[in-house]
Amino acid sequence: MKAFTTLDGLVCPLDRANVDTDAIIPKQFLKSIKRSGFGPNLFDEWRYLDHGEPGMDNSQRPLNPDFVLNFPRYAGAQVLLARENFGCGSSREHAPWALEDQGFRVIIAPSFADIFFNNCFKNGLLPIVQPAEVVDQLFRECEANEGYTLNVDLAAQTISTPSGKVFAFDITEHRKHCLLGGLDEIGLTLKHEAEIKAFESKHRAAQPWLFA
Amino acid sequence: MTAQTLYDKLWSSHVVHEEADGTVLLYIDRHLVHEVTSPQAFEGLKLAGRKLWRVDSVVSTADHNTPTDHWDEGIKDPISRQQVETLDANIKAFGALAYFPFKDKGQGIVHVMGPEQGATLPGMTVVCGDSHTSTHGAFGALAHGIGTSEVEHVMATQTLVAKKSKNMLVRVDGKLPAGITGKDVALAIIGKIGTAGGTGYAIEFGGEAIRELSMEGRMSLCNMAIEAGARSGLVAVDQKTIDYVKGRPFAPKAEQWDAAVAYWNTLHSDDGAHFDAVVTLDAAEIQPQVTWGTSPEMVTDINGRVPDPAQESDPVKKGSIERALAYMGLQANTPINEIPVDIVFIGSCTNSRIEDLREAAAVAKGRKKAANVKQVLVVPGSGLVKAQAEQEGLDKVFVAAGFEWREPGCSMCLAMNADRLQPGERCASTSNRNFEGRQGQGGRTHLVSPAMAAAAAVAGHFVDIRAL
Repeated sequence: MKAFTTLDGLVCPLDRANVDTDAIIPKQFLKSIKRSGFGPNLFDEWRYLDHGEPGMDNSQRPLNPDFVLNFPRYAGAQVLLARENFGCGSSREHAPWALEDQGFRVIIAPSFADIFFNNCFKNGLLPIVQPAEVVDQLFRECEANEGYTLNVDLAAQTISTPSGKVFAFDITEHRKHCLLGGLDEIGLTLKHEAEIKAFESKHRAAQPWLFA
Repeated sequence: MTAQTLYDKLWSSHVVHEEADGTVLLYIDRHLVHEVTSPQAFEGLKLAGRKLWRVDSVVSTADHNTPTDHWDEGIKDPISRQQVETLDANIKAFGALAYFPFKDKGQGIVHVMGPEQGATLPGMTVVCGDSHTSTHGAFGALAHGIGTSEVEHVMATQTLVAKKSKNMLVRVDGKLPAGITGKDVALAIIGKIGTAGGTGYAIEFGGEAIRELSMEGRMSLCNMAIEAGARSGLVAVDQKTIDYVKGRPFAPKAEQWDAAVAYWNTLHSDDGAHFDAVVTLDAAEIQPQVTWGTSPEMVTDINGRVPDPAQESDPVKKGSIERALAYMGLQANTPINEIPVDIVFIGSCTNSRIEDLREAAAVAKGRKKAANVKQVLVVPGSGLVKAQAEQEGLDKVFVAAGFEWREPGCSMCLAMNADRLQPGERCASTSNRNFEGRQGQGGRTHLVSPAMAAAAAVAGHFVDIRAL
């Protein structure tokens, strides 16, 4: 996993509530057996005017000029500003894969769906919860100022605006540690191999029917 | 000892290791695996030279990509076929307790197959790379969806890195009116608390109306806990749970059965257990539910109307309603029972079990599909459900009514196979999500119960099943 430390990133505002994972990456792209290459199909049904299918040359497809991701001023954005309950719906990790592949590293919203939120951390993507009024303010500033960037410092757990306002955010120690180091979580867990085995023996003795 | 909720009991009995910040390693008993969210996980294991920690925890089937007709022709879409064949190869290489491949008589939607095989048992932790894993909570199991990185983590370590959720009790008091199903209860709850109302919580469903529900009804309800934002839904174990499990292929056998039942009978919230949030509904007030928008919380009952965005003061909500009505092609204030439908879909992990098909067949019996309805798909949840329905003659009832009787799979719930809506088509669907494009790009989904879907098919528009 890619480590995350600090970022100075251009901000793209996606002003919709309840953006679901079917919208983030439509189901036809879930047929892939790879974990990369989903970026061009991020928000496919909103981003293009035609119907997308796997294997198409996306560079030749007609773009929807009214969709925010296609505005020239947001090209290369690394911070996605969103509304409440972002990432609701399915557990497909293809959603954070697509966001990461497109170049996003941070998503800021008043709330996230649980499974999506958790999936982000496994992919070097940092989802940040901020109060609705802070998110409102960031939307206003971003829309009013072309080239609007935010500085995100994971170690300090802060977001800083160009005018110098600083907002703190929460993250569990475990997630912070894994993101800062870009750590392989399976490797970390296997350090507890003996504990897992001990638990398993006890569990087997208590509920033998769980073990075929 | 302090009083514990059911969720507290299931959680604490699976904690392997706990860190100072409350992050734990949670032991996983059952891992359900399907073709869409597993290939990258198996690939990760291969690259790292790892094996499955416990082969006998894995139960697998192919469901999302499989066609529901012309099985003799195989899977025509080459990328769908590759994904299913990749699962075949991975199970062959890594092993599993049981695998129900494409065309096997035990094949089915993973959340239908697990319970019917007895692969889902009370007291278990159950995970699957699919958000509707919450279904299995109907058995007093702690069950939730996970992403593909976590699928790989469970395969390699038999644990998940997890943080405990808060406890919510949703209590439905009193008796449900005749004809009101688990699906209507689920939609009524989502209408009340919203699609993010359960975020951060495990929801236990309790109260007289829940205890009165069949296991199928409880599965429909827990299935949609995720649509209320909660990763897990739970119902306490009772005699219905135990009767359902008894005799299934992977249920405990003779000498272990009594010990298992004794343990399972402790799987309920203690008197006085603390819930962080409590929501109550009066069962008598729940009417047949129909969604009108592009989120499951955009729901009303059959006698309601499409809302008017002009009446909404919150600008974000107003924008959501306007966008939903534009997408759905609906006018504000239209009575729900005047909305015509083009397609009807009866199936999905929410509503494709035998009881669901019986309810739909009871409405279809002796009636015909309305002329304006182009197609009615009935897709059983598994090969075993299909066989039982055919034994009961339900297939003949559907076919006589002009409905199509299909092979099992996820089908038009998410339209990964060939079953999908065309742009602008309006569907009465027993599935779980009415998101934009969910059933096909530009398709318009209204979520309803199986009986309500069958009623829409014969009437040509939404209609109160109690008035038929």
